[in-house]
Amino acid sequence: MNAYFKQDEPDTRNLLDTGKQGVIGKALSRPEGLAKVTGTAPYSAEYQIDGCLEGVLVTAPFARGRITAIDKKAALAMDGVIAVIDDPRMTTRPAQGTAAAAPEQGPGEVDYFGQPIALIVAETFEQARHAAKNLPFDYEADEIGSVPLDPESAPRETDDGSSMSKGDLAHAMKTAPHTVDLRYRTHGHVSAAIEPHAAIAQWDGTKLTVHAAQQMPNYNIAELADITGLDEENVRLISRYVGGGFGSKLGVAEETAAAAIAAMQLSRPVRVVMSRQQVMQAIGHRSESRQRVRLAADSGGVLTGFGHEALVANLPGESFAEPVLQSSQFLYGGDNRLLKLEIARIHRSTAASVRAPGEAVGMPVLEAAMDVLAEEIGIDPVELRLKNIPEKDPDTGLPFTEHGLARCLKEGAEAFGWDSGPRQPRLKRDGDWWIGTGVASAARVHNVAEAKARVTLNPDGTASVQTDMTDIGTGTYAILSQIAGEMLGLPPEKVLVQLGDTDFPRGPGSGGSWGAASIGSAVLVACEELRGSLAEKAGVNSDELDIADGMLNGQPVSDLLGGKELSALGHYEPGKIADDYTSSGFGAFFAEVRVNRHTGEVRVSRMLGAFAFGRVLNAKTARSQCIGGLVWSIGTALTEALLFDPNDGHIANADLAEYHVPVHRDIPALDVLMLEKKDAAASAIQAKGIGELGMCGGAGAIANAIYNASGARIFEFPMTPDKVLQAMEDN
Amino acid sequence: MPITINDQSHELPDDPRVSLLDFLGTHIGLTGTKKGCDHGQCGACTVIVNGMRINSCLSLAALHDGDHVTTIEGIGTPTDPSALQLSFVEHDGFQCGYCTPGQICSATAMADEFANGWPSDASDSLTGDIAITPEEVRERMSGNLCRCGAYANIIDAIMDTVTAEKEAQS
Amino acid sequence: MKPFDLQRADGLAHAGQLCADKHTAPIAGGTNFVDLLKLEVETPSTVVNINPLPLGGIEETADGGLSIGALVSNTATAVDMRVRENWPVLARAILAGATQQLRNKATTGGNLCQRTRCYYFTNIDQPCNKREPGSGCGAIKGVARLHAVLGTSDHCIATYPGDMAVVLAALDAQVEIAGPKDSTRTVPVRDFHRLPGDQPWKDNVLEDGEIITAVTLPAPVAGRQVYRKVRERSSYAFALVSVAAVIDMDGDSITRADLAFGGLAHKPWHDPRIADLLVGQSPSEALFDKAADLLLEEAQGYGENDFKIPLARRTLKAVLAEATGVKP
Repeated sequence: MNAYFKQDEPDTRNLLDTGKQGVIGKALSRPEGLAKVTGTAPYSAEYQIDGCLEGVLVTAPFARGRITAIDKKAALAMDGVIAVIDDPRMTTRPAQGTAAAAPEQGPGEVDYFGQPIALIVAETFEQARHAAKNLPFDYEADEIGSVPLDPESAPRETDDGSSMSKGDLAHAMKTAPHTVDLRYRTHGHVSAAIEPHAAIAQWDGTKLTVHAAQQMPNYNIAELADITGLDEENVRLISRYVGGGFGSKLGVAEETAAAAIAAMQLSRPVRVVMSRQQVMQAIGHRSESRQRVRLAADSGGVLTGFGHEALVANLPGESFAEPVLQSSQFLYGGDNRLLKLEIARIHRSTAASVRAPGEAVGMPVLEAAMDVLAEEIGIDPVELRLKNIPEKDPDTGLPFTEHGLARCLKEGAEAFGWDSGPRQPRLKRDGDWWIGTGVASAARVHNVAEAKARVTLNPDGTASVQTDMTDIGTGTYAILSQIAGEMLGLPPEKVLVQLGDTDFPRGPGSGGSWGAASIGSAVLVACEELRGSLAEKAGVNSDELDIADGMLNGQPVSDLLGGKELSALGHYEPGKIADDYTSSGFGAFFAEVRVNRHTGEVRVSRMLGAFAFGRVLNAKTARSQCIGGLVWSIGTALTEALLFDPNDGHIANADLAEYHVPVHRDIPALDVLMLEKKDAAASAIQAKGIGELGMCGGAGAIANAIYNASGARIFEFPMTPDKVLQAMEDN
Repeated sequence: MPITINDQSHELPDDPRVSLLDFLGTHIGLTGTKKGCDHGQCGACTVIVNGMRINSCLSLAALHDGDHVTTIEGIGTPTDPSALQLSFVEHDGFQCGYCTPGQICSATAMADEFANGWPSDASDSLTGDIAITPEEVRERMSGNLCRCGAYANIIDAIMDTVTAEKEAQS
Repeated sequence: MKPFDLQRADGLAHAGQLCADKHTAPIAGGTNFVDLLKLEVETPSTVVNINPLPLGGIEETADGGLSIGALVSNTATAVDMRVRENWPVLARAILAGATQQLRNKATTGGNLCQRTRCYYFTNIDQPCNKREPGSGCGAIKGVARLHAVLGTSDHCIATYPGDMAVVLAALDAQVEIAGPKDSTRTVPVRDFHRLPGDQPWKDNVLEDGEIITAVTLPAPVAGRQVYRKVRERSSYAFALVSVAAVIDMDGDSITRADLAFGGLAHKPWHDPRIADLLVGQSPSEALFDKAADLLLEEAQGYGENDFKIPLARRTLKAVLAEATGVKP
């Protein structure tokens, strides 16, 4: 059976609420939890495959140029080395998310320092690693100075899709009683998933099977087919467990392409795991940005002008430009509007998606500027935001789907204990530490994507769900067992969810926070079909169905199945809802920080996020997504920055000792409010994405709290002690 | 002398370059111990050697003759998990699960460090009694990065178990 | 990692003999050494396991000090009750460094010999005079955030990254060294590490074949002991700046001011002029400023690390205020 649903209208049937099992939304533990906590969940590099060879990538020690010769003989003479592979099909950059085609290929042409140029394959990892560090090769590097590395001075293009102009912002800025015109900088970030990029490829002469750490097998299979020249039918990708993605595993990257090509050439299984330094240097990073925010407000604090401009960077030929202004299109009103995104072409490593591309750095900057405006007007910053929530999308005029910003600001403020009294800095001190608070709005555009899943009722009455959708820590295993359980009247432990295998129907992939709403809708569609069949078998109308705990209107479902399985392929696709509405998750962040008056160190002592993202599918895993976002907010605000060498563009701090992701001690107890309100126009399950929302603005709340605490108004993220000291007057 | 891993004896590798981490994963198939950074910067490879937690990536297997190593597989199994492992599941003290074995090995050894009365950077006094507070646990667990950001839940999972164990003892 | 021959040291003399070869290196905890082997920053032909040597004890000395064996783990030192009671600043510094996992493995001797975290030193595709003499310094015109502001040279601006040695310098501890033919020598920690000069590849004064056997702490002294480490994360990060201080007062007069600084130089920085200035004086903010003036008289920033100069001043002043009880 196939069931197809293209959603053109809000789905107010709330089918999940008609289920009798009572598991949807519940704070259930993850079904794969025991496997993860006992170390028995297999990640890509961990499959034990007989005769598997080890591959290690060789990387370029210069910014731009070409490899002119590789001394393969010398490498082959090294202990254990079996092959030196520099096949022109090998890729030199990661594929961008949803590319579904090969990225740049041809390892002989070098576009950035640290680009893979060859693969050493040896019997053991130790042999391959040593040979990779010592492969002799000749190259012609373009002269230092002739290669653009600095976004400020490099050639730039305008990203028209992200730019718009309406009314006259300059005039609004001239005439409004309150204005701010501020310039900010944000530094580059990396995903830094703790599992490094890894793949094991096997080739049987016809078919390529690859275990790889990927977020989107549905696109990745096309990328790998294009890279290798195989038909998709002859490619199988398996990503059952992925040790974190955060954008870095959206597209097929160099290690997977290299493992596949090596396995095909050698007819032996080959494993390639990138070193941490290679992951940092050769996988995409979030572009640094320069931003300008102009805000004009009337005497009551209502925006009359809104301008947000950004300069980001990427390699020549890359279509991806960090979409810094994505939420600025619709978050606040103001008739006179200007958005402009420019992209500088430079030869640093690939800029690509890192958790919440765009909003992760655009929102904190906007929200920091809103704090300056609130102070300029003399209005409470929560109040300023409440005054500027537009009725309709101020750019397109489209209606919003469920809009939760006001609720989040109000209920968040109450739960946090927000003090709407005077907000001048340095009102509170504990010993050497100034204490202050800050607020910011959260917004993250919501999308759904086409998705397919097969749901099968087994003869014994249990069910299975199969799709190539992944669970990268997001909770897919849990929520799909709950959706199917709710619809089919089964406790979730009777629903086996099988993910991350392209032999299963195509899911949407994990990315852009669209996974849960999209694949959940596909599972719902399949279950609806199965319910229809069951009703028919039981001789009742679908709306009279009462199924729970494997019993349908008093009869065991297994009896109705009569020893046969019943299976349906659910196919969900967003229709007009995608065009007729502006859809976004919303929220509000409240932070309390302590700033050391001597050293400028900042510690977050309290943080609360209030979020509205439609239906909550699993209160436990959804909250986990939210607290993860808060942690990233803290990293963005305080510690995370890539340091690029000015002479060759390499990332100097290319490891986890010097690229500072937050540690346990940086993170206080975190409060999360999930303000559930079903969003019928968001998806067939009334849910929106939540994987990224939790960091879309949070760093702004921390920046504002730093100012409130210490009087240091800082225009650069992250706000490391040096920046705080520079901005903090003597105290 | 051979090395003992989770009560099983194994011969050490011939190549002295093999790290304890790679020995566990590649040579004897104990893949629960994870490689995150391979340079002692993330804690995913944490194992317990002779009662002390260490980064197995920064230790040459060949130097562990005669040592007793406990890995995540030795702490509990899906059919017989430890209380801490169950607490991680209950509190959702993980998301992707990749750093999780390291977090659990680390926290398991940490319990003994508390019992020994060892202070940490977060302790007010170096010589007085050490209270098991969230701040103490955060500092002591800071050698285990979690990029998914499950920190708050990990602390809850640990505090719950440690409190239960303390109550059981008293 | 380059292939190497692994040898086991049978006694100190044997270890010294083996390590006399400049292609031979000792391994103890390995937390820094294995890291550098993997990066091929270190490429010895032979590695000598010195863990069997009997250097794992902590003993009281005749004059009331403490001798900490070279193979004592950082954890064992930090939790030793004698250290916690009498040299608390040492326990504090060790606990402020790295993580429990690393401290459990890292040793006294190894920690003293810890090599710099300079990004250019650890990346073999970059120039570095310390790693490859004559190749140039990538940091001076590159990213110099971690780097030194005191005692630098045109050849190298790397810092010594550790915490423990900073306190050992403040305490005027001694490094006990065994050399060839049963010879021994004692070097003050203050003189153990070098400035880079035109030989930046030499981190310290150890010669080939010499093995650290212990570090000796002098008898405990009265006064306040403070270790203040400023870092970007609240844990698991190297110091931007650190200050170790042992300060004693007699009424309103400073009678002892043993200070050392981390994160500023190629060695734990000790400037005897600071104690000369402070001792005998009554603490005041003006006095602390003068101490900072002395400390930073010749400080030079390299762009990205310019902030260390004001940060060192402010941290020093805060530590002095804390230790003397002056309200800043």
